[in-house]
Amino acid sequence: MTSSTLTRRSLLRTGAGCVAAAALPFNMARAQTPIVLGAVYVGPRDDFGWNQAHALAMDVLKQVPGVTVIEEENVPETDAVAQSMESMINLDGANLILATSFGYYNPFVIETARKYPEVQFRHAAPLWNKDTDPANAGSYFCYLNQAHYVNGVAAGLSSTTGRIGFVAAKPIPSVLSNINSVLLGARSVNPAAVVQVIFTGEWSMPVREAEAANALVNAGCDVITCHVDGPKVVIETAEARGVKSCGHNASQAPLAPTGFITGAEYKWETIYKIYADALATGAEVPNFIAGGYHNDMLRNSDYGAGATPEAIAAADAAIAGLKEGKPIYVGPLKDNAGNVVIEGTMDNYDPVLDGMSYLLEGVEGSLT
Amino acid sequence: MTGADLYIVLLAMIGGAIRVSTPFMFVALGECLTEKSGRINLGHEGNLVLGAMVAYAVSFMTGSPWLGVLAAGGAGLVLGAMHGWICALPRVNDIAVGIAFMSFGTGLAFFFGKSFIQPSAPGLEAIGLGDWTGNSAIAQALQVNPLFLVGIALAVFLSWALANTRWGLILRMTGDSAASARAMGVNIDLVRLLATAVGGLLAGIGGAFLSLYYPGSWNEGLSSGQGLMAVALVIFARWDPIRCVWAALLFGAAGALGPSLQSIGISQGYYFFNAAPYILTLFIMIASARSKSAASDAPGELSIVK
Amino acid sequence: MTMTSTSPLAASGLSAATLRRIEALAIPVGALIASALVFSVFLLALGKSPLEFYGLIWTGGFGSSFSVQNTLQRAAPLILTGLAFAIPARIGLTLIGAEGALVLGGFSAAAVAIPLVTGGVTAVIGLPLMAVAAMLTGAVWIGLVGWLRHYRGVNETIASLLMSYIAIATMNFFVEGPLRDPASANKPSTMPIGELYRVGPIPGTTVHWGLAAGLVLAVVLHILMTRTTFGFAARMTGGNVRAAQAQGLPVGMLVVGCCAIAGACAGLAGFFEVAAVHGQANASLVAGYGFTGILVAFLARQNALAIVPVAILFGALAASGGLIQRRMEMPDATILVLQGIIFVVLLTSETLYGRIAFLQPRRSGDRT
Repeated sequence: MTSSTLTRRSLLRTGAGCVAAAALPFNMARAQTPIVLGAVYVGPRDDFGWNQAHALAMDVLKQVPGVTVIEEENVPETDAVAQSMESMINLDGANLILATSFGYYNPFVIETARKYPEVQFRHAAPLWNKDTDPANAGSYFCYLNQAHYVNGVAAGLSSTTGRIGFVAAKPIPSVLSNINSVLLGARSVNPAAVVQVIFTGEWSMPVREAEAANALVNAGCDVITCHVDGPKVVIETAEARGVKSCGHNASQAPLAPTGFITGAEYKWETIYKIYADALATGAEVPNFIAGGYHNDMLRNSDYGAGATPEAIAAADAAIAGLKEGKPIYVGPLKDNAGNVVIEGTMDNYDPVLDGMSYLLEGVEGSLT
Repeated sequence: MTGADLYIVLLAMIGGAIRVSTPFMFVALGECLTEKSGRINLGHEGNLVLGAMVAYAVSFMTGSPWLGVLAAGGAGLVLGAMHGWICALPRVNDIAVGIAFMSFGTGLAFFFGKSFIQPSAPGLEAIGLGDWTGNSAIAQALQVNPLFLVGIALAVFLSWALANTRWGLILRMTGDSAASARAMGVNIDLVRLLATAVGGLLAGIGGAFLSLYYPGSWNEGLSSGQGLMAVALVIFARWDPIRCVWAALLFGAAGALGPSLQSIGISQGYYFFNAAPYILTLFIMIASARSKSAASDAPGELSIVK
Repeated sequence: MTMTSTSPLAASGLSAATLRRIEALAIPVGALIASALVFSVFLLALGKSPLEFYGLIWTGGFGSSFSVQNTLQRAAPLILTGLAFAIPARIGLTLIGAEGALVLGGFSAAAVAIPLVTGGVTAVIGLPLMAVAAMLTGAVWIGLVGWLRHYRGVNETIASLLMSYIAIATMNFFVEGPLRDPASANKPSTMPIGELYRVGPIPGTTVHWGLAAGLVLAVVLHILMTRTTFGFAARMTGGNVRAAQAQGLPVGMLVVGCCAIAGACAGLAGFFEVAAVHGQANASLVAGYGFTGILVAFLARQNALAIVPVAILFGALAASGGLIQRRMEMPDATILVLQGIIFVVLLTSETLYGRIAFLQPRRSGDRT
């Protein structure tokens, strides 16, 4: 893990511009060869969340001359995804596969990449390891917690109770980092702010998500945000209860005309644009791209009616800070059991953060 | 757990029972009616999901959620009638056809529902039974949707009608002994067709509640098996409409347990709290299975209890 | 066989058994053609070409050696879960909980593998142990349903469904809690079983050994149910419990036995999901194979041998579903609609058995 993380850190520091330099010397320089790009989604393409964010950004690639995009949705994280990718390769001649769900990578993307060395595979999570994984595979990822930090800043100033409710799917690092970032964002403007979290245990379970949102409102939270596959139900429930909300993954602004503050969104199109440019010029498709605000891979949704003017000003300032690399995790920080978990200042892309396994002091909730 | 915490959890469970139980109630009542006629329709998951999609689509297109509810009932009625008609043919297995309709109904709903995931449709309004208290938590818990009240009234009516009307008698007789019903000159296929169709209609309305009230939006993961579970609840409720209501309320309340315990800081083992409805139902079934003669409550013609 | 007309086929000297076989083939094939016609109308109404559609089903399901293997791989778990429904059905039980037995079986296999892998036990010993653990877990889980049914009077349909949800919660609890591999950060899983413990493909193919296991079990269980005392007693119990009891048959043992066999089949499917597909246990084990198996079994009329072709049909539909999405720009739910129509028409065609005049033998005298 260490050598690959070193690569990644240096890569992240320098930004997307140098990404091609870190790519392995596998050449897709076949500008004449038609590019068939196969995209695989784990859920429906219009879920107001993760899959929708990818599918919308895929439009960038559809504009590139000579590139055909073929798509499959609702492909589960079983051997079905391996079969789907192989089917795209064998029957449709796909030569670049974008596998967009976390659970696709190991073993399915790795094994399929080994089997088809002439096909390029890119997977949407920071999992590719230069030393152990096939050279024709790769990763791309955006650190959404930075946008959740901005959510936290805006929520902290838009809330009157200082209690922010968070409906979370599972206690895994990427979710925990979003929760903790909301807290740190809120505390940066309101030191007394608290985040209360409820885990639903499933990526998509609409009734339970609504129940969780209601329970949080009942517990005094007046801003609700979430990390589940499709945030539609959570945002609509918050709006119906008359509290404010922050979005996740895609823009949910239309769902909450009175209470929407802002939302954490991916800008996958930045990455897909890099791919598209590479494909159009016959250059190499980079193996590893990751980033956040500093290299234009994230955005926050346009402010809604729920955002106060102070909140908007502070959130804009926070975005400007993140673009300059201002760190989110500044130690010493304790987890909510009182143990010091972060001693010094962490770079926003420090790989240690990828293994986050705690909720910070100020977050109400537990992991098991 | 302090007294205040207990109060929060209890209030959440009451609220949860009111919010979550309605689809279970409608499906269970519909299935109860169907099973009383001696047929079983396992396909209500399909009716529920199709009903949810149709209700949302119609409400979006017409701007009237109640028109959506009607359309959902209509969709459920058609599926139910098809089930009832096919199962009247000799040698056709009603359980199998039900499972086929589960697949068919959800397939249709997902197919035609793609373009309705994005738009926001007007939903059903609630009646604030607790608004006078001035306490927002109580007011929220006692937000009652008219369909919830309709469901309870329907259960009372069905319970009365099954026991006291000629229609009820015919239905029960058809379910208990087809031979004697036939001897009385009853067209048992027609009775079962009607019972299954009306059952389907109710299940469709249950779906409308999901998409138009709680959680109040349409997407493919909306039901997560509630229709199938509600059919199982009928067996749990021993074919009694009033007990169906209690079963649905219990199930809704147990479903609120997980999130509300987490909201007061008890989150150890939340997977099991979230599975509370299933665990609770199983234990009650085991505990009560031999206490009364469960089988004697079952309609005699029902393939699943034979 | 109630109709008694003298049919030309019967007159031509075909035996009753041959006629029954012709009937058993002609009716489902006719029903498949009928459902294809019904679905064609649906396609035409949507302005899509039925010819293109069925051409793609053929291409995706059987058109090349890749497609055939794709189909068979997808059929493999369905044969086992189909058997898990069919065997109890012969004794009159409607069990819809194979999903839970599959998940728990797979989980047990992965859990048993942890000490075996760390202890360096050779795969020749380890893999059978894992398989046995999976089958035992499944057998006990579903056997318990049978026991509750027979000795406590608890309805098996609802009990198996409830236990299915409980099984999934149990697996999730362990996978995210006590047995979580710390390295499986964002997709909580048990420790990987490692390359040595992976069940590879059947030589010369890409299809895993679960297919072979399914075929063998289908034959073995067919013989068990049709040619042995156990099978005869079970079917007699299924026909009439009271008569079977009056005959002095050990009904309780038969019920629990059939349930245990069913659970073992589902558990074995779980073993292959872990050992051949995922390499570890995680939430992806919940893939719905248990529920699809119910339909497979019904369409096969609970006949263990017939389950094989039906499962292959399902596999082909699943295998070609992606192609339909990609080439015809139709949603993934298209295949669901087609499946639904096939189920309904095929099950409706049951009514034709014994009612097509020219396929009926003469009432007497033609049995040799």
